[in-house]
Amino acid sequence: MWPDQIHRELSAAGVRLVGYVPDAGHKRLIELCQADKGMRAVVLSTEEEGIGLAAGAWLGGQKTALLMQSSGVGNIVNVLGMVRECRFPLVTLVTMRGEQGEFNPWQVPMGQAVRPVLEAMGTIVQYADKAEDMGPVVNAALRLAYNSYASVAVLISQRLIGIKSFQEQAAK
Amino acid sequence: MKRREVVEKLLSNRGDLLVVAGLGSTAWDCTAAGDSPLNFPMWGAMGQAAMMGLGLALAQPKRRVLVITGDGEALMGLGALATIGVQKPANLTVVVIDNERYGETGMQDTHTAHGVDLAGVARACGFNIFDSQQIKNAIHNAPGPNFASIKVEAEKIPLVLPPREGALLKARFRRALLGPDADAE
Repeated sequence: MWPDQIHRELSAAGVRLVGYVPDAGHKRLIELCQADKGMRAVVLSTEEEGIGLAAGAWLGGQKTALLMQSSGVGNIVNVLGMVRECRFPLVTLVTMRGEQGEFNPWQVPMGQAVRPVLEAMGTIVQYADKAEDMGPVVNAALRLAYNSYASVAVLISQRLIGIKSFQEQAAK
Repeated sequence: MKRREVVEKLLSNRGDLLVVAGLGSTAWDCTAAGDSPLNFPMWGAMGQAAMMGLGLALAQPKRRVLVITGDGEALMGLGALATIGVQKPANLTVVVIDNERYGETGMQDTHTAHGVDLAGVARACGFNIFDSQQIKNAIHNAPGPNFASIKVEAEKIPLVLPPREGALLKARFRRALLGPDADAE
């Protein structure tokens, strides 16, 4: 499964701290990180806190990854300014909503704005829409971020998350 | 109390303390007490000082970490107190220098001028609360997360500015803390 591939890549890259806001699309990955004794999964009250967490951890010499839904990208815009100005490495894994097959119209505006908003703030955006590509895409994002002091977001297509209705989401 | 005197006292004989200074007056206060590569003064990212402290404290569990920030900055990131309360970092202290004003924007009232009790919020989130006399010892010795809100005069005082370039502030902090490892792959 693609969340397992991501977890393997994070672990192999030495990521020991994972910040997240709970999200249905990231459910399995969050559980894998929580179960991993070599990782600390930090639940956040808003995605913005993850940027402070990641920046502080890097000051202290530790690699992080942030997990969020596309709506959360709207919550981190201003603080991405610090990431850019300070050249903090950052890896953000974004599960997309408001994209392919969305059922909640309120998700569409932010979902459609994710890429231009991130790019406007200097974050490099990569896209994964095939489960089998996930490992290599995340591996490359981690290397780009931590070898080149870059902010990199991987957008995970809504097609891979595959929730098609409120009822199905609630049942998860 | 006067903010510069409070901060100077907190940072005197600081040993190997790691310091994150929140956007605005507290960054200038920390610089007035003596610029150090082991200060990370924030020129932006308002609301994130406490979370920077959490990230640093989790990455460096053997070092003591102090966040010094203002009431306005802390109010913008109140959720961080809850997040820190859940993580319970034993080596982290957050001190709010509370002048009940937004000092950089024209001294407008913050919520603390109207009864909001930041120490009460922090206590409810799981911090250990100290007063202005106890906090210096707690920064170095008490199991955290620790918190103090110190009321100071609302005064306009000369700016004492740290370096502005973010990448420089980051790099000098990492080199001072991590040595050659800071530049290793």
